[in-house]
Amino acid sequence: MKEGIRGIFLHGFMSFAAICVTVACLLIVGSFACLSYNLAVLVEDVNKTNEILVYVDENLSYQEAKSVHTLINKVDNVHMATFVHKDEAFEDFVENYGEENTFTGVDTNFLRHRYKVVLKDNSLFDQTIADLEKLDGVVKISAARELAEGFAFARNAVRIVSLAFIGVLLVVSLLIISNTVKLAMYDRREEIAIMKMVGASNGFIRLPYVIEGFTLGMIGAGVAFGLEWLLYDALMGRLSAMNTLQLLNFVPFNQLLVPMIITFFAAGLFVGVVGSWSSIRKFMNV
Amino acid sequence: MIEFTDVVKSYSVGTRALKGVSMQIEDGEFAFLVGPSGSGKSTIIKLITGELKPTSGTVHVNGYSLERIRKREIPYLRRTVGIVFQDFRLIQNKTVYENVAFVMRAIGAKEQEIRERVPYVLQLVGLDTKSRRHPGELSGGEQQRLAIARALVNNPSTIIADEPTGNLDPVMSLEIMSLLMEINNLGTTMLVVTHEKDLVERFPKRVIAIDDGLIIGDGMDGYYHYESK
Repeated sequence: MKEGIRGIFLHGFMSFAAICVTVACLLIVGSFACLSYNLAVLVEDVNKTNEILVYVDENLSYQEAKSVHTLINKVDNVHMATFVHKDEAFEDFVENYGEENTFTGVDTNFLRHRYKVVLKDNSLFDQTIADLEKLDGVVKISAARELAEGFAFARNAVRIVSLAFIGVLLVVSLLIISNTVKLAMYDRREEIAIMKMVGASNGFIRLPYVIEGFTLGMIGAGVAFGLEWLLYDALMGRLSAMNTLQLLNFVPFNQLLVPMIITFFAAGLFVGVVGSWSSIRKFMNV
Repeated sequence: MIEFTDVVKSYSVGTRALKGVSMQIEDGEFAFLVGPSGSGKSTIIKLITGELKPTSGTVHVNGYSLERIRKREIPYLRRTVGIVFQDFRLIQNKTVYENVAFVMRAIGAKEQEIRERVPYVLQLVGLDTKSRRHPGELSGGEQQRLAIARALVNNPSTIIADEPTGNLDPVMSLEIMSLLMEINNLGTTMLVVTHEKDLVERFPKRVIAIDDGLIIGDGMDGYYHYESK
């Protein structure tokens, strides 16, 4: 342990370089992850505005119509179902399409009770609609298929592109860090060869370097996390101040805290330990 | 004890470095290994330290059979063999004390043990007053004495010195050889690889002469077999 920590100070410049590379890589990965998460949330938010209207048989009593709620909620892909009384539906209709006086005295019985349903996954749109249609008490479904498909496509695209970018960035980070650690190892190849010649076990030789890699990875992750937080807050502050973007609802960093801590430190641990472990292998064949 | 029986070592490129070497060096013995470049001396050293395995024949070093040694046993074999190199191979950014202490740490020695053993060994090689210096501040002879201290500190039963005086002037060479003799007198088996006729003549010990992968002379007059080739 002591040897590992001492190694960091003994090879100060290389340690500094490794930390800088880790910070830079994690910052890029983290920023992209934050951006894609916000995009995903944005798409989800917009998705929630795409409601399906599930109309209940007009012959059912109010209580019977309310009981259809349980059946709707049992359908796998239903995220949320809200009951709308036919009177309430009428008021909405009047509010949206005409003057109050135009519909004065109209009997609302020609309308049906209905449910506003939001789906979890719009890519399963057709299947879910078919499932809802089969429910007892449901007589008609009104939904904008193209819109739903558009949202499903947008969400999947954001997900795939984000994962691909994050994956590529992580691999690039690992290669850069592994190379940096390799340079540090090259600097100490003589030391490693001597340790091998005097009978140090492979595990014993590796341990300080792995501890060193772990520590560098953790320091890098800590610094990158702090910078990410500052950058994110600063950027959100600027964007919130711009009136034209008030419509966009960004996720505050506090909400990302736990996943970001886990991601940064797991990535730091991974690149530090795997980077040093794999780098030392070629110097062990003495 | 080091024992080679009909050892053949071929490299993958097809070179046969050893063509049937048999020799035995008893515990506590002092022997020179002489031979021209490419004769197989380095291969013998690498076989003794477990860097290589023989193609055929048997090699026994301090109780380990090298032809069937397991990878994880090699560190333990190496703890019984100290090596001194011609180019010293010291770590320049460590002090004299640290260069020696670090090989004890490498085999998991306790700090208390290191604090006791390192000053003793440095005193034995005459470097006790220079323990805080760095290798770059020492003369060639002192650097080689430091390399000997490093080879000695883990108390190996055998020391192999590969051209230990190759980079030193004649006076320092004699000094180093005397030190190796002293260590041998304390009971450590010593195998010294050298080209230097003067040294071999000045220290009348067993000489194993090797040429083209074969032992051509072995005994007090071994060097003459090498010279007459």
